[in-house]
Amino acid sequence: MKRYRLEIRVTPRPGILDPQGKAIHHALHSLGWTGVDDVRVGKAIHLEIEAESEEAARAEATTMCEKLLANPVTEDFEIDRVEADATDSGDSKSDDQGPDDQGSDDQGSEDAEQG
Amino acid sequence: MRVAVVTFPGSNCDYDLYQAVKQVGGNPEFRWHRDRGLDGIDAVMLSGGFSYGDYLRAGAIARFSPIMEDVVPFAEAGRPVVGVCNGFQVLCEAGLLPGALIRNESLRFQSEDCRMRVERTDTPFTNRYEEGQVIRVPLAHAEGNYRADDETLARLEGENLVLFRYVDADGEATPASNPNGSTANIAGILNERGNVMGMMPHPERAMESLLGSTDGVPLFESLVASLAGRAGADVAGAGR
Repeated sequence: MKRYRLEIRVTPRPGILDPQGKAIHHALHSLGWTGVDDVRVGKAIHLEIEAESEEAARAEATTMCEKLLANPVTEDFEIDRVEADATDSGDSKSDDQGPDDQGSDDQGSEDAEQG
Repeated sequence: MRVAVVTFPGSNCDYDLYQAVKQVGGNPEFRWHRDRGLDGIDAVMLSGGFSYGDYLRAGAIARFSPIMEDVVPFAEAGRPVVGVCNGFQVLCEAGLLPGALIRNESLRFQSEDCRMRVERTDTPFTNRYEEGQVIRVPLAHAEGNYRADDETLARLEGENLVLFRYVDADGEATPASNPNGSTANIAGILNERGNVMGMMPHPERAMESLLGSTDGVPLFESLVASLAGRAGADVAGAGR
């Protein structure tokens, strides 16, 4: 198991009124930024989870979004970033390949020949 | 009539609901969010407040409380469930009612009396009102702006599932009488089966003339009457 950091972005769906975005839009205009056409306000959720792989971490986060983190009626979600936590293990200098990769490869081919 | 009033951490209208049920002759009992079991309960009420601090979204976390694991099958069995204010938000998050409640258009916490029109009286929650009756009830919320996709809205209107609508003194649903920006001035809705009801305003705060309005009383009387009627029918059936 590895530790992954994820960034999830939850935003109001297009067409859903975003009163916060509207208020900030007004505020920006009154401060002189009249070129601002639209403002949408969402939220960023940062997760740290243990998972077998990046794909597994992403899949798990997607389920979390569907079940709890976003409301499908009013919000969209996107998983912006998934990265392995480099501070997690002492092995962080070596790459993903395990030390016994070669041995298992050889065994695998032997088995195939016998079969 | 035994009514379970659910208290989540952060609920603050549970005692008002309890008192309202008692006032009309029902037997209320509290259920803490960690409690389990609704055996012998005739109706469930989810109260207003700020369950779990309204963190993430209003009602989003309360929906996963242990007691909700009993409330969902209770509702699915056709038994009456009422959600007021935060309770309405919880019912939407739990998928027992369609749509969602987002931030008020004003961006403010609205705390005021509102007028609502009773759209239907053939329900367990409104049989003591008159159709089209305009009632005055307090509301107090920051996220009461009802939203649903077009298909859901068409279904709500087509199947007559909008139970209460914000109106003016003449009973007209105008933009000015809409306190929070809700689509079609929707203040309360029913599920398709007619046994789950959610509303943003607080009928339990309109039970005493001393406190400004008694227009909430018929709602609780309706529930007691409909449950008493059903119990009576059951007894009559068993006797034959």
